Amino acid sequence: MSAAGVTEHGGSPPPGGEPPRSTLTPPPRVWWKRLGPDERRWLIVAFVWCLVLFSGMYVWLGIGEQQTPIESYRITTSDFAAEADTYIADRQVGEQDGVPVVEPIPGEDVYLVASQFQFRPILRLQRDETYRLLVSSTDVQHGLSLQPTNLNFQVLPGYLYVIRVTPDETGEFPLVCNEFCGLGHHVMTGKIIVED
Amino acid sequence: MAATANAPELRTCATTGFRVDESGRRLALAYAVAAVLMLAAGGVMAIFIALQRQGLPISDDWWYRLVASHGATMLLFWLLLFEVAALYWGSTMLLNARMRAPRVAWGVFGAMLLGIALAQWAMFSGNATVMFTAYPPLTAHPLYYLGILLFAGGVLVAICLFFANVVMARRERTYEGSLPLVVYGFAAAAIIGVYSLLTGAAAYLLLFLQSVGVLTEVDPALYRILFWGIGHGAQQVNLAAMVAVWYALIGLTLGGRPVNEGLSRFAFVLLIAFIHLGAVHHLMVDPGLGTSHRIMNTSYLLYLAVLASLIHAFSVPAGIEAAQRERGIGKGLFGWLVRAPWREPGFSSLVLSVVYFGFVAGVSGVLMGTMQLNMLIHNTLFVVGHFHATVVSGTTLAFMGISYYLLPLLARRELVGTRIARWQPYVFAGGVALLTLAMLAAGQMGVPRRVADLGYADAPVGVTQFGEGAVPLMMTLVSVGAILAVVGGVMYVWVMVRTLLVGERTDAPLANLALRFGPTAAPPPAPASELPHNGLKGRWARFEAPGTYAMVLFFLAWFVVLYVVAHFNLAQSWPVG
Repeated sequence: MSAAGVTEHGGSPPPGGEPPRSTLTPPPRVWWKRLGPDERRWLIVAFVWCLVLFSGMYVWLGIGEQQTPIESYRITTSDFAAEADTYIADRQVGEQDGVPVVEPIPGEDVYLVASQFQFRPILRLQRDETYRLLVSSTDVQHGLSLQPTNLNFQVLPGYLYVIRVTPDETGEFPLVCNEFCGLGHHVMTGKIIVED
Repeated sequence: MAATANAPELRTCATTGFRVDESGRRLALAYAVAAVLMLAAGGVMAIFIALQRQGLPISDDWWYRLVASHGATMLLFWLLLFEVAALYWGSTMLLNARMRAPRVAWGVFGAMLLGIALAQWAMFSGNATVMFTAYPPLTAHPLYYLGILLFAGGVLVAICLFFANVVMARRERTYEGSLPLVVYGFAAAAIIGVYSLLTGAAAYLLLFLQSVGVLTEVDPALYRILFWGIGHGAQQVNLAAMVAVWYALIGLTLGGRPVNEGLSRFAFVLLIAFIHLGAVHHLMVDPGLGTSHRIMNTSYLLYLAVLASLIHAFSVPAGIEAAQRERGIGKGLFGWLVRAPWREPGFSSLVLSVVYFGFVAGVSGVLMGTMQLNMLIHNTLFVVGHFHATVVSGTTLAFMGISYYLLPLLARRELVGTRIARWQPYVFAGGVALLTLAMLAAGQMGVPRRVADLGYADAPVGVTQFGEGAVPLMMTLVSVGAILAVVGGVMYVWVMVRTLLVGERTDAPLANLALRFGPTAAPPPAPASELPHNGLKGRWARFEAPGTYAMVLFFLAWFVVLYVVAHFNLAQSWPVG
């Protein structure tokens, strides 16, 4: 497209004093024309960037340590509540703020119950060990937000979500609910404690 | 309205030269006025929501009611009512065509207002504190679901009338050749609207049936897939309508058109074809979905819908640049931009909307829509920052910009408060910029959304994290930005209301704005042979929009940097999988 191309679009008014063509009026009869050099370049660059964004997710599957969990199962809320209660009774080592504290064995399935308005139990984990957190809700939808590392997952009643975590730092890490779950949404918290 | 059955002559608008059907004009005006009132109501709620964060004593219960209603009022009522006004305007006036079935359209308008009233009653009486998303098993009063269903059904009928108008205009040859680009964009929005509203209505219908006892249970995962057909689909209606309005503002304020009409139309087609896959954006850390399903959907299949936005990101500024260069305005790479009509509210809101939408809204959206990055973002305040950047600083600002032209034309009154209108886009955009950037930052610090008390004072297991560090500062900036944005909103509503009530009646409105469109527009551009060379050397001299090309490359660099930084942040998290 040479410099003349600049004048093709819009340009001088057609005979008869009509207003010049714009985005608000029908385009010229033939409105398909070759791309200008800058448009063509941008289109190629933009499409390549889109492909990079797309393949980036697959690349991260290969190189990243942080992956979106996909393992999940159907489970009734009553079955989940019963299994979790049994687990908590087996592993409970204490109580904090009225919530049972549980010390899981590394590698095992660890139940974490979201319900209005509490995450139960408080977990005491060991650093650099991997745990399978089995997360579900016994009532409405909740959001599991692990702070301050800021990992966030959706918790649905009727669905068991298996989230494998490997804490790599020690300390106390709060859990907050970040899916609106009712008028007590802002008191729904929990805790994970990581020790050496 | 009965008169339209006898098909009276269409009036010719003295300002634009379009032929105007009275019933179409009145309908579009009614929808636009209702939309502005909804915006005003949502703005009042925003003040209380923001000031509660700074200690204004509002009960938690009422704060949640306000958040629920603010969401529905702005995201559904304000935007969709304005979009229906735009659809009626585009399919009648821009095509010199008649409004079909005006009585049906008025009936639908009434039903939609009834739907709004039912939903607002349910939310404010505490019978529907389930938020706009209404995720089951949370339940609300049946009238809440019915109200939203009435409203959504009304929009669907309005979309059908839009298509009827366009088809009949084509049959009656009220316009030559292809649809104007703006109407083409509205048609894209309407098509996306059909499927997003249908899936959304299906989701709410399930909840309605459950609330009246017909169904015993609605599967929460199924509901989420259906709902985000409307939830995200409806935002793509806003996106397509916003881009169409951007093109309309180029036409009105600069008399311009895109440098390549075909490319812009192609981008709208890409948008229609691929944007609906984006529903999975909200399900990325949900149980029950596989990896490739997530990647294909969140990438809109190879990010082809993002490509559409990247095309518009070039075409819209290039349209501005070409219109300016055609008139010989500005030299060098950016002279056309420096010497642009910055005092015209339509132009300033266009540019602010485009720039902010690209640099903040679009980029934050793509980051959220990257499968693994979503773990750091899902349901944090970052999400809220993202959609305020898209629908407030993008769509709402663009709609405000075109209102300064549309409402006087529809009401046949002179714009009142031109000086306020000149400042309004800057004030509003400044406020929303502060609000959204602070929200995005707070979200990165982990602040959850829709939480009434970030101090967690009443939580048995205390959380002190959000009372420390930079979080309180960010939340203060959110409030300050919200108040500033509301000031901008008040300026807008003030100008609109004054125009409607005390504006001088005239057959040729907009005498006090610099239009470059229509028979009364500024002088036509100089003949081609006298056009100055764009003053650049080498291959840049051959470019149609060299300034725009430089700007989009800068934008891409910004995009790449943020993408890399986001992955760096992800790598700092606990190993998870």
